[in-house]
Amino acid sequence: MPVGTPFHPRTSELCTSLFYKDWAGYYTIRSYDTCHEREYYALRNAAGLIDVSPLYKYDIHGRDAEAFLTRVMAGDVSRLPVDRCRYLCWCDDHGKVLDDGTVARLDDEYFRVTAAEPSYAWLLQQSRRFDVVIEDSTDRLGVLSLQGPTSRDILMRIAGPRIETLRYFGLMKTRLGGVEVVVSRTGYTGDLGFEIWVDRAHALQVYDSILEAGHDYRIQPVGLDAMDVARIEAGYIMNGVDYFSANTCLIESRKSTPFEIGLGWTIDLEREPFLGQAALKAEVANGSAWAKVGLVYDWPAFERLFAEYGLPPQLPGGAWRSAIPIYSQQGQQVGQATSGAWSPILKDNLAIASVRPNWAAPGTILQIEVTVEYERHRVPAVVTPTPFFDPPRKRA
Amino acid sequence: MSKMTFKNKPTSARYDAIVVGGGHNGLTCAAYLARAGHRVLVLEKRPVVGGAAVSEEVFPGFTYTSCSYVVSLFRPHIMRDLQLARHGLEIIPLEASFLPLPDGDSLCRWSDPHRTRREIAHFSAKDAEVYPEFSLAMSQLARFTKSVIDNPAPDPASLRPRELSQALRASEGLRMANADQRFLYMKLLTMSAADFLDQWFESDVLKAPMSVSGIIGTFLGVRSPGTAYVLLHHYMGEIDGAMRAWGFARGGTGGISNAIARSAQAFGAEIVTEAGVSRVIIQNGKATGVVLENGDEIHAPTIVSGLDPRRTYLGLVGEENLHADTVEHLGHYKFRGSSGKVNLAVDRLPEFACRPGDGPHLYGDIAIAPGVGYLERAYDQAKYGEFSERPYINMVVPTLVDPTMAPPGKHVISCFVQYAPYDIKEGAANWPTRREAFGDAVVDTLAEYIPGLKDSILHRQVLTPWDLETEYGLTEGNIFHGELSLDQLLFLRPLAGWAKYQTPVRNLWMCASGTHPGGGIMGASGEMAAKAILGRRAA
Repeated sequence: MPVGTPFHPRTSELCTSLFYKDWAGYYTIRSYDTCHEREYYALRNAAGLIDVSPLYKYDIHGRDAEAFLTRVMAGDVSRLPVDRCRYLCWCDDHGKVLDDGTVARLDDEYFRVTAAEPSYAWLLQQSRRFDVVIEDSTDRLGVLSLQGPTSRDILMRIAGPRIETLRYFGLMKTRLGGVEVVVSRTGYTGDLGFEIWVDRAHALQVYDSILEAGHDYRIQPVGLDAMDVARIEAGYIMNGVDYFSANTCLIESRKSTPFEIGLGWTIDLEREPFLGQAALKAEVANGSAWAKVGLVYDWPAFERLFAEYGLPPQLPGGAWRSAIPIYSQQGQQVGQATSGAWSPILKDNLAIASVRPNWAAPGTILQIEVTVEYERHRVPAVVTPTPFFDPPRKRA
Repeated sequence: MSKMTFKNKPTSARYDAIVVGGGHNGLTCAAYLARAGHRVLVLEKRPVVGGAAVSEEVFPGFTYTSCSYVVSLFRPHIMRDLQLARHGLEIIPLEASFLPLPDGDSLCRWSDPHRTRREIAHFSAKDAEVYPEFSLAMSQLARFTKSVIDNPAPDPASLRPRELSQALRASEGLRMANADQRFLYMKLLTMSAADFLDQWFESDVLKAPMSVSGIIGTFLGVRSPGTAYVLLHHYMGEIDGAMRAWGFARGGTGGISNAIARSAQAFGAEIVTEAGVSRVIIQNGKATGVVLENGDEIHAPTIVSGLDPRRTYLGLVGEENLHADTVEHLGHYKFRGSSGKVNLAVDRLPEFACRPGDGPHLYGDIAIAPGVGYLERAYDQAKYGEFSERPYINMVVPTLVDPTMAPPGKHVISCFVQYAPYDIKEGAANWPTRREAFGDAVVDTLAEYIPGLKDSILHRQVLTPWDLETEYGLTEGNIFHGELSLDQLLFLRPLAGWAKYQTPVRNLWMCASGTHPGGGIMGASGEMAAKAILGRRAA
C-alpha cells in the first residue's frame, strides 16, 4: 500500500475527488476536483502548487562529489557553479539512458540529484573509488512545485525581494515562514516556476505559508493530471512513458540513447571520461536509430474524420500515454507516439513521438493512428519543434 | 503580454487594402489579407484596438473588460490559422452557471453532469433528468447549424450555380437531421425562449437562467417569438474542439483583439490608432481610398469597413452615393440597443448570502434572473422607455482565473445588464443624466444577493447604450452591430442583396458583426470577408 508524502495531511484534506494514484509508492493526487481543468488553467494563468515529493532524491556530499558526478553523469557538472542546477541524463556503459533528472549544486562539495527511478544502488556502485557520501534523501525531503505566472509574486511575499534575482535553473537557500528551505527555479510545466525543498519535519509549515500567501494570487493545489498536460506542451519527456530506463528493459530494442530521446543537447562528449562516452561518440559517428519529435495533428483532417461518423472531434480528457503507431505518408510504420495531449492553450492536438531519423525533420508530414467508433484510421500529423508552448516568462 | 503600442501615422499613402476600424473583426480580416501577402493598413479611431473587445485600465491597477466580457463562438480554426495562441490568446472555460435566488436558495449548473443533476433535482426531479436530454437535442441541432456559421450566407433568391452550391454547403448539416430534429428546428426558429423551454421543463428556477440567452443583445423579452433560436447559440460554442459553452479571455476580451493585432502585424499589416476615418473616397462608383479626420488621404484598391452598417453606408459612403432604395432599407435595419455594462473594482471577492465564501460556483457566469416573470417585467419597463429597475444581470469575476487584472487580493466584477433601452423616455442624448441612476439600480439589485457589495466597491464604471455608441461606435448601443433577429440574419444581413460582404460601392467591403454570421466575438465575419476579397482577386 502506498504511503503519504510529507504534505499528505494537507493535500488529503483538500482533495475532494479522492482521485489518487501511486507514484513511487506514495499517494499522489491526480486532481483535487473531479476534473483537472481549473488546475491546468491555474498553472498557466495564476499559480499551482504541486506535491512532487515522490521524486527520488540523492544528496551527494564529499571532497570528490564533483568528480564523481562528472564521471557518472552524461551532462558535465564540473562547470556547474554553486547555486545552479542543470538538467541532464545518465547512461550505462553502452550509452543507454538509465534516467534523467536535475543536478543541483548546493555547495562546493554538496550536490543533489533527482531521478524518476530508484538510483541509490547504482550511484553507490559507481562511487567506490570516490570520496563521497550518498544519502537517499527521498523520504527525508518534501518537495513542492510552485508553477505559474504569479508564482514569483507569491514567493516574494514570503521570502522577500531576493527571489526576484533567482534566474532560470538557479537556486537559493532561504527561509519560508521561518523554515529553512532550498528554492530552485525549476519545474516540469515549461512555465515560470519554482521548486521548494524542505525537511519533512517542517513540510506542513511551508505548505501553509505558501498557500496563505498565494491566496491573493489565486493559487490552486494542483494534481498530476494538470501537470501532465503542461509537460507535454513544454515538450518534456517522461521516463517510463516516452522512454524506459535501460536497467528495466527486458529487450535491447526498448533501450534508448540520449540522442534518441532528444537529450543530445545535454551531453558534453569532448571532456574527461564519463559512463557511456565511447558508445555515444560512436553513435554520433554512425547515426542514431531513433529521434524524438513533437507532432501536431492536422486538425481539419481530424475533425473531418469524426464528422464522417456524425461526431464532433473527440479529444482526450487529459494527457494520454498509451503508445500509438506512426506511419509515413507511404504507409510504412516509422515509429510510435508515446504520449500526447490536447493543448487547451494552443488549440492543437499534440503528441511526443519516437520516429526513424529519416522522418524527423520539422515539417515532415506523418500519419498517426486515430480510432473512431472502434475503427482504425490515420490522420496527418506534422513534425513540430518542441517546446510546443514556450512563454517568455519561463526564463524572464 | 506587454502592452501594445501603435503608430499614429501611416508610413505610406498607398496600400493594397485599408481596413477602417480596428475591432476584432477588422483585425481578423486584416490578418487574413496580410497573410495572403497584401499590404494592409488598419485605421482605428481610438488609442487602443479591439473596438468592443477591449480591455482598459479605467481605474489604476484594475483592468476592465469594458464592453464584451465572455467569448463563446470564436472560431477555433481562426486561432490556428492566425497562430493566436502564440500571440498570447488564451480562452479559459467558465466552470459553472450560478443563479443566486433572493430567498437564500440557489442553483448552480456545472460541467459535471451528476453535480448538475443533483442541483436541479432540488427544484424538480423530473427536470433534473430531462436536462441532459435537452442538452443532447440542442447539441445535435447546434452541430447542424455549424456549417451555416462557417460559410457565407447563400442567397435563396438566386439560381446562380455558385449560390446553389453555397446553399448546399450551408445546409450540409441540416441534411443529416432526421424528421424530429427538423421539426424541433422549426419550433426553435418560431417560438419564444420561454415557450420553448416550457415544453421541456417545469421549474421556473431552471427556465429563467436558460431563457436569457434568447434575449441578450435584442430588444425582445423571453416571451417574444423568435427568441428560442438563440438558445442554440449556447450549444454552438466551441472551446477546445468540443462544443463547450463560454470562456474568459486572459487579460479580458482585449486579450483577443491584441492577439489578433499581433498576428496581423507579424503577417506585415500596419495598424494605426487615433486615426478616425471621415469618409471613403469614391470615384466613378468605386472606392479608391479614405479621408482621415485630419484631412489626410490614403489610397488603396480595396477598402474594408469594420464599422456597423449604418456607419458604413451613411457615414463613410454618404447618402448621396447610394440609391434611395438602399437608404430606405437601411432605415429599417434595427439597432435599438437594449443593454448596458457596469464594471466594478472591489477590494474583496463578492460573497453571496446564499452560498457564502470562495468557491468554484464563482468561476463562471452568475445570473441575476430569479424567474421568467422577473425577466418579462424587466422587459416591460424597457418597452416604455425606462431601464429595468431590477434588471437581468450577467456577472463574471475574471480576476478569479486571471488575477493579474487587479492588484493582489482585489477583484474586477463585470456586469452585463439588460434592459437599458437606447431610446429612454428622456431621449437618448439625456442618458448621461440617468447614467448613475442606472448604475445604482444595478448595484442595488446585486446587493440584494451580495450584502457586502456596496462596502467593497472601490470604483464603478457605468456604460449606457449611449456611451457604447459615443465611445465605442456601436450605433444605438447595439452590441451586435444590429439585432440578431431572424429578419436580420443570413442573406438578410445587413441588407437583402448585399450579404456577401460587398456593398453597392465597388471595392468597398464590410467585415464586421453587421454581416453574416455576425454577433459576439467570433471572428467569422472578418475571416469570411477576407476570403471573399481574396476570392474576388483570384477570379
